Amino acid sequence: MKDNKVIAVKNLTKKFGDFLAVDAISFEVKAGEIFGFLGANGAGKTTAMKMLIGISKPSSGEATVAGFDVYAQTELIKKNIGYMSQKFALYDDLTVRENITFFGGIYGLSRATIKEKVKVLVAELKLENIIDQLVGALPLGWKQKLSFSVSLLHDPKIVFLDEPTGGVDPITRRQFWEMIYHAADKGTTLFVTTHYMDEAEYCDKVSIMVNGKIEAMGPPKLLKERYGASNLNEVFLKLARGSKPNE
Amino acid sequence: MKRFIGFVRKEFYHIYRDKRSLFILFGMPIAQILLFGFAIANEINKVEIAFLDQAKDATTIEIINKMASSKYFSINRYLAAESEVEGVFKEGKVKAVINFEKDFGEKLVKRGKATIQLVADATDPNTANSITNYILSIVQQYNQSINLHQVGGPQVLTQTHMAFNPELKSVFMFVPGVMTIILMLVSAMMTSISIAKEKELGTMEILLVSPLKPFQVILGKVVPYILLSIINAIIIVLLSIFIFKMPVQGSLILLGTESVLFILTSLSLGILISTIAKTQQTAMMISLMGLMLPVILLSGFIFPIGSMPLPLQIISNIIPAKWFILIIKGIMLKGVGMAFIWKETLILIGMTLFFIGISTYKYKIRLE
Repeated sequence: MKDNKVIAVKNLTKKFGDFLAVDAISFEVKAGEIFGFLGANGAGKTTAMKMLIGISKPSSGEATVAGFDVYAQTELIKKNIGYMSQKFALYDDLTVRENITFFGGIYGLSRATIKEKVKVLVAELKLENIIDQLVGALPLGWKQKLSFSVSLLHDPKIVFLDEPTGGVDPITRRQFWEMIYHAADKGTTLFVTTHYMDEAEYCDKVSIMVNGKIEAMGPPKLLKERYGASNLNEVFLKLARGSKPNE
Repeated sequence: MKRFIGFVRKEFYHIYRDKRSLFILFGMPIAQILLFGFAIANEINKVEIAFLDQAKDATTIEIINKMASSKYFSINRYLAAESEVEGVFKEGKVKAVINFEKDFGEKLVKRGKATIQLVADATDPNTANSITNYILSIVQQYNQSINLHQVGGPQVLTQTHMAFNPELKSVFMFVPGVMTIILMLVSAMMTSISIAKEKELGTMEILLVSPLKPFQVILGKVVPYILLSIINAIIIVLLSIFIFKMPVQGSLILLGTESVLFILTSLSLGILISTIAKTQQTAMMISLMGLMLPVILLSGFIFPIGSMPLPLQIISNIIPAKWFILIIKGIMLKGVGMAFIWKETLILIGMTLFFIGISTYKYKIRLE
């Protein structure tokens, strides 16, 4: 399993008029990997991810996600992936249980499966007291953990996380990454976009996007060595200023 | 199907838990229909009038009695001199003064002609107009009654019959209008807001990434509002039948079918608005400015289309509400069947398909 490529992208491009939002990017992600998709705001991360999750058509290039083509098989892709957006999109006016039931339902889980999932989640996340509370009343950290759990409900092969930790405190971020590791241990592939470079250190492999192009890719340790930097933030700054790797 | 029911249930949670939308959904229709029915009545009732009777003979007294005994007027006072007229209007209570010239009865008999001067308070032109019409018709009736006793030259008699609304109740005009406004409001505004809400909160993205197809998402959002709009239409019809004694001459089934058609037209408009609007605020503004105002001003609900300038008359044709008002007036008041309203029905169907077509097209562009 470990060597299966679950995401394979070759020269994927997205043009808006004359503007090249994503410029011929290529990369591969293996099963069970945590892939950090880094870049500044506006570098093209979100646009690239939208093509992979089937809500935006590429202008050119090739890509397969979970073995399905992003042009012709978006419906199959959608069944096999989970998605968590940067807005922690659960319904505020629904209770935790209602949210889980609803999202389980639209992924076609049976009522019995959903009940079982609720039980597991209550035990894992210690939700006894809040399961029947409105989501709107919960702190941001809770919403975010729930949102992640909901994206995992249907046991997807790959989960796409779009800036999942924006605006939460460091402790909650730490806990959140533990959840991500836990999911990766079970064989789920995680595709995470972020602009927190310290978080990127937790990834198995990162790619750094600048102006629509992938400028560097590899395990964090390797990148730091190649650019002679003590952390990824330095690597990122060097790339953003347009410097080349140390020879 | 099970997914779909789950979706609809979720939508009902949203509606049920948002007290504001609950109020718009059910408070508004009832409040509006009662307001329009009771408060904003065009017909006049016990309007205070004053007489300046300079003749004080049998004829003027008979005419005054006729006016006083009608339920439309009550006598505020008798004036003594013409100079008092202005003062009485400034006080504000008296809405019209009826002035009989000197020797009214005598002139009428001898010369066959006598004059009544009618002065009305036209600060409110509509009321002034109705008052003069009512008074004129009372005078005319009197004219005819005396002419009948005289065998004289040829004369033309008019017999008026106000077809379909003999008592000229304005409620008969308002009910179709209010029903139209409310169905439009609930269907178009509420759906566009609720779809825009999903976009604003980012949940729409999650739904689009899920295996649900876009049309299933939209359908799931729309179905609850179809049900609620139907309930609303039923409430309005019941209120108008039982409280305002409005007749339903035609078939209730036809009325129901046409209402559902109009609900669909409004919903498709709501969907179209939501493809443009990114936030709830924008959706609300577009619905209010783009739908409510034209419906109130140009649909013929309050202002007759026939008396508008030609450009506005032409514009009124693209307003779905205009056609629906024609349809319900036809069914409720005239009792007509499909044979008379097929054209309006076809226009509404055409508009619905057109709106859905553009929405789909716009949606595809967004996906590219």
